Amino acid sequence: MASGIAQLAQDLRARKTTATQLALAALARARARADLNAFITLDENAALAAAQRAEAALAAGSAPVLTGIPFVHKDIFCTNGIRTTCASRMLENFVPPYDAAVVEKLSAGDAVPIGKANMDEFAMGSSNENSYFGAVRNPWDATRVPGGSSGGSAAAVASGIVPFATGTDTGGSVRQPAAFCGITGLKPTYGRVSRYGMIAYASSLDCAGVLARSAADCAQVLAALAGHDVRDATSVERMVDDYVAALSTTPQGIKIGVVREYFGAGVEAGVGAAVQAALRHYEKLGATLLDISLAHAALAIPAYYVIAPAEASSNLARYDGVRYGHRCADPQALEDLYTRSRGEGFGAEVKRRILVGTYALSAGYYDAYYLRAQRARRLIAHDFGEAFTQVDLIAGPTAPTVAFKLGEKTSDPLAMYAADVNTVAVNLAGLPAISIPAGFSDGLPVGLQLIAPAFAESRLLAAAHRFQLATDWHTREPPA
Amino acid sequence: MSWQSVIGLEIHAQLCTASKLFSGASTAYGAEPNTQASLVDVAMPGTLPVPNRAALDKAIAFGLAVNATIARHSVFARKNYFYSDLPKGYQISQYELPIVSAGALAVRLQNGRSIDVEIQRAHLEEDAGKSLHDAFHAATGLDFNRAGVPLLEIVSAPVLHSAQDAVAYLRTVHTLVRWLGICDGNMAEGSFRCDANVSVRRTGTQKLGTRTEIKNVNSFRFVEKAIEYEIERQIRALENGETLVQETRLYDAAAHRTLPMRSKEDADDYRYFPDPDLPPLAVTDADIAAVRAALPELPDARRKRYIEGLGLPDSDATQLCADKATADYFEAMLGALPGQAKTCANWVLGELAAALNAQNLAMESTRISAPMLAGLVARIADGTISGKTAKDVFAAMWAGEGDADAIVAARGLQQISDTGAITAAVDAVIAQFPMQLADYRTGNEKLLQFFVGQAMKRLRGQANPQQLNALLRDKLRSD
Amino acid sequence: MSIDAATVARIARLARLPLDAQAPPQTASELARVLDLVGQLAAAPLDGVEPMAHPHAQALAWRADTVTETDRADALLALAPDARAGLYAVPKVIG
Ligand SMILES: [Mg+2]
Ligand SMILES: [Zn+2]
Repeated sequence: MASGIAQLAQDLRARKTTATQLALAALARARARADLNAFITLDENAALAAAQRAEAALAAGSAPVLTGIPFVHKDIFCTNGIRTTCASRMLENFVPPYDAAVVEKLSAGDAVPIGKANMDEFAMGSSNENSYFGAVRNPWDATRVPGGSSGGSAAAVASGIVPFATGTDTGGSVRQPAAFCGITGLKPTYGRVSRYGMIAYASSLDCAGVLARSAADCAQVLAALAGHDVRDATSVERMVDDYVAALSTTPQGIKIGVVREYFGAGVEAGVGAAVQAALRHYEKLGATLLDISLAHAALAIPAYYVIAPAEASSNLARYDGVRYGHRCADPQALEDLYTRSRGEGFGAEVKRRILVGTYALSAGYYDAYYLRAQRARRLIAHDFGEAFTQVDLIAGPTAPTVAFKLGEKTSDPLAMYAADVNTVAVNLAGLPAISIPAGFSDGLPVGLQLIAPAFAESRLLAAAHRFQLATDWHTREPPA
Repeated sequence: MSWQSVIGLEIHAQLCTASKLFSGASTAYGAEPNTQASLVDVAMPGTLPVPNRAALDKAIAFGLAVNATIARHSVFARKNYFYSDLPKGYQISQYELPIVSAGALAVRLQNGRSIDVEIQRAHLEEDAGKSLHDAFHAATGLDFNRAGVPLLEIVSAPVLHSAQDAVAYLRTVHTLVRWLGICDGNMAEGSFRCDANVSVRRTGTQKLGTRTEIKNVNSFRFVEKAIEYEIERQIRALENGETLVQETRLYDAAAHRTLPMRSKEDADDYRYFPDPDLPPLAVTDADIAAVRAALPELPDARRKRYIEGLGLPDSDATQLCADKATADYFEAMLGALPGQAKTCANWVLGELAAALNAQNLAMESTRISAPMLAGLVARIADGTISGKTAKDVFAAMWAGEGDADAIVAARGLQQISDTGAITAAVDAVIAQFPMQLADYRTGNEKLLQFFVGQAMKRLRGQANPQQLNALLRDKLRSD
Repeated sequence: MSIDAATVARIARLARLPLDAQAPPQTASELARVLDLVGQLAAAPLDGVEPMAHPHAQALAWRADTVTETDRADALLALAPDARAGLYAVPKVIG
């Protein structure tokens, strides 16, 4: 098995390896797996410079656990001096003059970024096929998608290139690719990690997250990322738990609510069976399973596909070819500059969502679409609140299917949107959730999603860790 | 048949904060282009707005001053439209739930009547950047230094019925925001701007006519002229049987007319929605109490106090309260000269105002401080100098020659109150002009002034006039 | 539901996105399908429910009024497709 963070940290301190060796090895693996198309940018110079800083920190003795650990940032986080594209032609040559909060946090601990991971353009997609830089392939089956939008991050971790990657989750974009690629993906509570410097898709839903091989590794990375940031007015001022210490608290008599609606018609039999088996395993570990209903679950997809595009239509208005980003050749007038630059700079799915969002907010439709979606959002969040008066965690399949074929759903946006059916509600409610490997169906990984109340990441991670101590699904590796 | 015009104003007052509404960039005026445009101000991908507390407090101060409702819960919303000077493609403003609503402001009109103008709302929003259309031959230049500067948009109800009344209201708001210290009121620099919504209707009817909006007129005089023009234009059009279109118009000061702006067909679909980057604003009673405690005495209250408490005539009180610096100056003088309110007012509104006007200076730039002017007035009161001499001393003070005492001493301007010297001069004059004396004594009392003049001449104008008069009368009569 | 070409054109214009000569019918049908999906909200019993714009009942935090930014004009203007003489440049805007 590819080593986890704790093992690598130990090896570094035991001088069995160096940060530079780890970085070079990760870069070599990344190049060897160019077929996955998991990266938009590899930056050896930046990686080696970070590795040297890490070595100095390690030599000085008081380095945090992530020091010297190679990783990759989703190409949605602004990196000072390193191209940040959001997988869009619009930002093909954009080199930010500043670091995102998430980037700063990991740099501060001298973790070693080797590059920027491929993704769906502006995080809009569930298959990573909406990238200006081409689709990412699933390490388990190169004819299949890795999930999206953090597909490059998931593929890089699943293929053993790096032990962890950053991702973002607006409607499932960390959890669903984690499920498709057989790794662990954590979406923290909205506001727990700063959004500063994370290129916005839908601001009230966007959440920075972690993709890694285990809940224990996710805990280590979350510990580095979590905290209040005055530069993000939606970041929450609240004590950060000790997520790593919480891993060893054995959840006794935990009650898990199994959501009836998450096993609906669209869920493949093999996926349902694997998830049920995993839940029975939780029972063996002492958990109590309760059959629960989230009454408004069916509203989650329609509400999400109004709210996210509405916010996106506004968030993406800044890409106008004036201050940065793509500008069309020889604009004849201001309107021509806008329309052609945006037409050329954005891909089809981004344009589709901008149009839907513009429509939902426009005069005469605002009440019927945007406002109704916000009302549905309240009911969806309320359902979770009610459920958490009875259970400690909520569970279900992360995605209704295993990784589907490349091209299978590209011509049908609605089929693609259905891939998010079990994940979007969590974003609407702002809750933390994790996807952990729960078995296989037809040789492809299946993810179990666990959802916790706001700010109960410790409970979530402890429960996931307990499962991973008792099972080995998370250690399975795709064929090289 | 006659027409009634209906006018409402939207005023944009730039709140005088050190930093912008949503970024830590400076708001200082006049910097080199784009040197005060931060990552947030140019809408770098990934940047987020963080609001400025001082702007909120200033908005609350305005709300309290116009007896408005201060929303305990209000919301920043995005106003979406594309324009080159708008970096994010939306302006962060307030829409459904503004911080200030339902206020009123007492406005004194030119005819002395007072009306209460309803202020429907005042909301916080960010300014856009500046387009420089003449910067290049075939291109427009953009400077984002102003992008993100905090504005308070103050919206009146359409309750004004003449260009003069509209300007009286505008001036009252201008005085108030400067008085509160929330806006410097500098119209030339764009810190205080006004859009006017104008319509006309048949006198006696209620339904509002089609309105036009005149944008960004940058002086009181032009606001008045633009509204006047627009009222006449609308009446003329309606009387010719034309239909008016609701549109935005610009005032061309040189030609004295308003012209339609190039129409933006989608200008009315701003797709407002709550800004997801900014949770709702919660304002507590304690927040409001803190702002209230720091509010200065308001202009109207002070004017009333000057009339009722100090016995000043209405016109003096009104003029003194036209701006806070003037009123404060007056009070500082009065502090040194208790009980001499009218004298102080006369000096502030007379000699001092004339000197400031002559050089187009604001009270803040006065060359004579209140204690200095009080010192001068005190020398008149105690008889050291005459009122006439005082004007010369004032001029010398203005020229920077020092305080009143120093000037009087240096120039030897002390009034002669020594009875001996005055008596000697009077005796000499009476001796010099026997024929006039005889004339006076036979009843030509007008000659008193002749003797006063001659005696004053001998005393180089420095005699105490009351003493000189008394002595002369006495000597001319007896003997 | 169906969405007519004029509406698609109006929305595209608001969003400053181009509509190619052939695109409208396809865009319109795609949009119509998405709108059908989100149109499920119309049937839901949502009247009287308070809209929810933010995931947490959180009040806005404010910053103090201090200048924290310095001049970064050169670095920022360097990112612009067209910057001249310290200004961002766009095709001449009339009025
Ligand atoms: Mg307005
Ligand atoms: Zn405004």
